[in-house]
Amino acid sequence: MSSLSPEIVLQRIHDALPKARVELLNNPSPSGQHAIRVHREDVLEVAGLLKNDPELLLDYTSNVTGIDYSDHLEVVYHLFSIAKKHGPITLKVRTGDRAQDVTVPSLTPIWKSADFQEREAFDLFGIRFEGHPDLRRLLMWEEFADFPMRKDYVAPDDYEYEPTPHGSIVQKIQAHSKHASASSSTNA
Amino acid sequence: MSFPPHTSLFNEGNGAGAQTLDVSLGPQHPSTHGVFRMNVRMDGETIVKLQPVFGYLHRNHEKLAERNSWLGSMPYTDRLDYLCPITNNWAYAVAVEKLAGIEVPERAEYIRVIVGELTRLQNHTVFLGFILGDMGSWGSALMYAFREREKILDLFEELTGARMMVNYMRFGGVRCDFPVGWLEKARAYIETYPAFLDEMESLLVGNEILLARLQGVAPVTAERAINAGLSGPVLRASGVDYDIRKVDGYGIYPRLSFRVPRGEVGDCFDRFMIRLLEARESIKLLQQAFAQIPAGPIVNPVVKQRGFKPPVGEAYGRIESPKGELGFHLVSEGGEKPYRYHIRPPSLINLTLLEEMCLGSKLADVMVILGSIDIVLGEVDR
Repeated sequence: MSSLSPEIVLQRIHDALPKARVELLNNPSPSGQHAIRVHREDVLEVAGLLKNDPELLLDYTSNVTGIDYSDHLEVVYHLFSIAKKHGPITLKVRTGDRAQDVTVPSLTPIWKSADFQEREAFDLFGIRFEGHPDLRRLLMWEEFADFPMRKDYVAPDDYEYEPTPHGSIVQKIQAHSKHASASSSTNA
Repeated sequence: MSFPPHTSLFNEGNGAGAQTLDVSLGPQHPSTHGVFRMNVRMDGETIVKLQPVFGYLHRNHEKLAERNSWLGSMPYTDRLDYLCPITNNWAYAVAVEKLAGIEVPERAEYIRVIVGELTRLQNHTVFLGFILGDMGSWGSALMYAFREREKILDLFEELTGARMMVNYMRFGGVRCDFPVGWLEKARAYIETYPAFLDEMESLLVGNEILLARLQGVAPVTAERAINAGLSGPVLRASGVDYDIRKVDGYGIYPRLSFRVPRGEVGDCFDRFMIRLLEARESIKLLQQAFAQIPAGPIVNPVVKQRGFKPPVGEAYGRIESPKGELGFHLVSEGGEKPYRYHIRPPSLINLTLLEEMCLGSKLADVMVILGSIDIVLGEVDR
């Protein structure tokens, strides 16, 4: 695989889109896969450039995922070029925070391969992709309210169980039914 | 009991006075290859809308992996594409080796190619059986395919202790070396394989019904396939020359000579034939690996498998699995558990174009189109 360093990509972005807010993120791992972080307001322009620039031709978005950091969420795109056979270029986009400001532009209109993967990131991380043609949950069911891949997700303890004639579960059921019958009798 | 105002499976109604019919295909339909469901709207027999519904086999593998140690996730990767556990192990090992900068001994790389290509061989063989089932020829072809797959699984069982859930790779190598006589047995078995493929090919490819069901059905252009992130045989069937074994040259693949078969039209027939051709290339690779395999260690002795702690950083590692590009994106904070562990599942992303491929086709073609993509739900839903 011919190498394409993120520095070259960064230079191309600077040349073509001098106003785009991009920065190089150093990756200390031996993998040496340094990332390019793009401000979310500029990502559509930058992505369009990466895909169509004759030197870069990053026509293949292989992987899309989210990461939960303590103060923001991040979307990671791994781009390759099938025409030039180079990559990966790691593209990162941040949300404002984890609660309210969780919208980033969708890259599905540029790379169709992001379609299901952005839906998955929406489903599991709660990142909203603006401009996605069909932003619904992918793996969890529609009525599900939380985002399971977030670090602070608490798994429910009311999943299905088979009652056994002994143990703490029975005590829990008895406590619950006592409470339930008490409240129903007051209602009556 | 009250019914909702309209009985559409989709969020919108099917229009006043519409003559269309909504059908929920799956999740228990025998042709959905597991628990996959499609909501289909038909005008007569013609598909006008199709929505895949995922998640029936979702167990949040990624969340569980972030709770486990690095090595603790290795056996769980077996359960992704459960037809090809060894290549799943391999992809995870490659990603971790990238993340931590681990060298793999030469013999281990040869062992990986041998077990990996055996996996590809059995995957493509059972593909031939399953797609015949999707066309209505349930039984014979699948039994032929499974007969051969059993023999490969016997080899895996002798090597790893398990037919399917092998847990075979380790960071920087493999878990155990070949038992005495295994290599000779495998070599002798592979010698018989071309004859089996010839038999399969002569029974299937000339068949008029098979051609009628596959040729010209759901063609995908190269440009569309690339944009939608298709990978593996499905991408190459559309005429794209892209095989990660060649492009990335991981392991010892650059030393071995093999061709990358490509389709022309990108229809179901090309997707069918590409598996047959790739199986023949796998045999070539196996024969070369059998001839060249050196003696030596099978795992990098420096790597501490238990209590493994890779340095801080992140890596994306990928291999050419039988289904396509299987990648792992790993983020380490230097601890005993991954901070982020993400799988790029080829089976899921190859379904991106399913609706486009099926529009305008007949309902009976949907099964063949889905079969020609070759998915495993363990990997789609994770």
